[in-house]
Amino acid sequence: MHRFANPARFLRIANALLPWLTVGTVACLGIGLYMALFASPPDYQQGETVRIMYVHVPSAWMALFIYVFIAIASACSLIWRHPLADVAAKAASPIGAGFAFLTLVTGSLWGEPMWGTWWVWDARLTSMLVLFFLYLGHMALMGAFEEQSRGYRAAAVLALVGVINIPIIKFSVDWWSTLHQPASVIRLDGPTIDPSMLWPLLIMGLGFKLFFATLLIVRMKSELMAARVRALSLAQLRNA
Amino acid sequence: MTQFCGQGLACIRGGRQVFCDLDFALEPGQAILLTGPNGSGKSTLLRLMAGYLRPSAGQVTWAGEPVFEDLGEYQRKICYIGHLDAIKGVLTVAENLGFWAQKGAPGVTDGALEELGLTALARVPGRLLSSGQRRRLALARLLVSKADLWLMDEPTVGLDAASVRRLAGIVRRHREKGGSIVAASHTDLLIEDAIALKMEDFAVDSLPEMVW
Amino acid sequence: MTLKKVIARDLRLALRQKTDAATVVLFFALTAALFPFAIGPEAAILLRIAPGVIWVTALLSVLLSLERLFLADFEDGTLELMFLSSLPLELVVFGKVLAHWLVSGLPLIVATPLIAILYGLPFAALTVMLPALLLGTAALSLIGAIGAALTIGARRGGILVPLLVLPLYIPVLIFGIAATDAGISDGAIKAPLMILSALLLGMLFVAPLASGVALRQALE
Repeated sequence: MHRFANPARFLRIANALLPWLTVGTVACLGIGLYMALFASPPDYQQGETVRIMYVHVPSAWMALFIYVFIAIASACSLIWRHPLADVAAKAASPIGAGFAFLTLVTGSLWGEPMWGTWWVWDARLTSMLVLFFLYLGHMALMGAFEEQSRGYRAAAVLALVGVINIPIIKFSVDWWSTLHQPASVIRLDGPTIDPSMLWPLLIMGLGFKLFFATLLIVRMKSELMAARVRALSLAQLRNA
Repeated sequence: MTQFCGQGLACIRGGRQVFCDLDFALEPGQAILLTGPNGSGKSTLLRLMAGYLRPSAGQVTWAGEPVFEDLGEYQRKICYIGHLDAIKGVLTVAENLGFWAQKGAPGVTDGALEELGLTALARVPGRLLSSGQRRRLALARLLVSKADLWLMDEPTVGLDAASVRRLAGIVRRHREKGGSIVAASHTDLLIEDAIALKMEDFAVDSLPEMVW
Repeated sequence: MTLKKVIARDLRLALRQKTDAATVVLFFALTAALFPFAIGPEAAILLRIAPGVIWVTALLSVLLSLERLFLADFEDGTLELMFLSSLPLELVVFGKVLAHWLVSGLPLIVATPLIAILYGLPFAALTVMLPALLLGTAALSLIGAIGAALTIGARRGGILVPLLVLPLYIPVLIFGIAATDAGISDGAIKAPLMILSALLLGMLFVAPLASGVALRQALE
């Protein structure tokens, strides 16, 4: 039974990795947050509010990264029918949605002092909003079927269609945004950034990535356990 | 070489193994009759033979060629009669059947309707048919399909005794012409000297490996 | 079974159930007529929002009409027989979307001039808007087909389709409106129309492929 032999090996590796990833996450986020909140200088224009960037920007990276991750897992699931790829895609989706949401919330919090309003139809924020909706659709489709395997496959197709569309959506939203020229748009991250700000940003980025890996493994483990419970109760049903 | 055969077939549905180590072999003119209680995998095996789902183990071959390697080519040789009749209420009986007929054979549709006693109903819209008439219309697809292999899932549901005999005659003639048949049924299908395949023999008793 | 047969059959089915296709146009016209009640009858404002209203209502009409694109054939067993036929499932999808667009997308475009009159749009604006709608609704139908195919057999399938498909509709909406606005203000219409065509061409390839994969899973 190749289908269930793989998870056993995955669990062994996952259990070995989990403590290291957890320690790494705590360390990176601890150092990163200290550097971001205390050690780095305030921005000469934006003052202390610039510190929102250290959460906002890595969240945006992760929201995009996780969608690509889901798309790759989906391709593995559709081409090789690898059962762990399905589980990974299902486990990653709510985490990605969480990061997209965090990006929107921090963007909004940042926007209030900068633009004087909680929401501006800025191209970046709008694209992130669409990405958030794509995540929600993926999660809804994943849970919409009586049979979990159908949900896995359907969501995999959706994720692949979505990943083809993300650049198109990004491009069209940029076009739309330049066409309508919002009153004042401050670029949320400039192309040049001082090393005193870059380092905390990169460490936070690494911390977020490790946090994702940790959470992913925990969620995959619980998903596999749920599958095991289902299989056991089915076996019980058969023997009864 | 065996025309149609399966070796070591196993199938997983909804996270449970339905059957395993199932073998069958079918020569032209032969028929297999699948029997077994509800949930023993008769329909699953037929859908597997039709190529809707792939076995989790084993392989199915047609004239020595694995069928999943060129599914389209293989599926041209089969006609599948499932639980659903695929009848559109707003199309007439003749239109419903005509859609499935091969190109350039206008007489075939009429002949098939004739053989199943549906000629008088040819211009009647599908929604007015009784369940037995719907079933007969579904079975008429067998005659317009020109398929070598007929896969039939409970073909006699809703049919009266006369129609069952009519089906038996159609099946006999198909076999005389070298066609083959796999059918699943609870009731007696009136298929002579069919190879019996009892699904119980391939049932999976306990599932220790499945629960790692 | 041939592509022609699939298209002819769906067209015939639609003609026998004329009210189904008429409902879509009616929905389009009624929804578009609702906005002046919500916003007020001021001519300048109505003229400003007209392209947006027409595009969004057309988009919603396409979306709502697509929900049952594959469902009826799935439920009565037609789809599983089409899977066995010599025609690849991707072409079945293409044929069904084309037939569906002919009976529910095209009537929307025919009805658009009427809405344009209600909103006081100049006639010249239609010369750009109608081609843009032609390209746009076809692309929307193709994208919607993916959603319809993915949600076959799902609980709450009907409400799920918009959730999946609306984010993917945004590019078509943006460039459709851009072309229409440019048509009204004598701006550059070529670029948005070209991009709309590109979106349609891309979807002509992606949608049958993705829908085919989805339908095969539904039949498994």
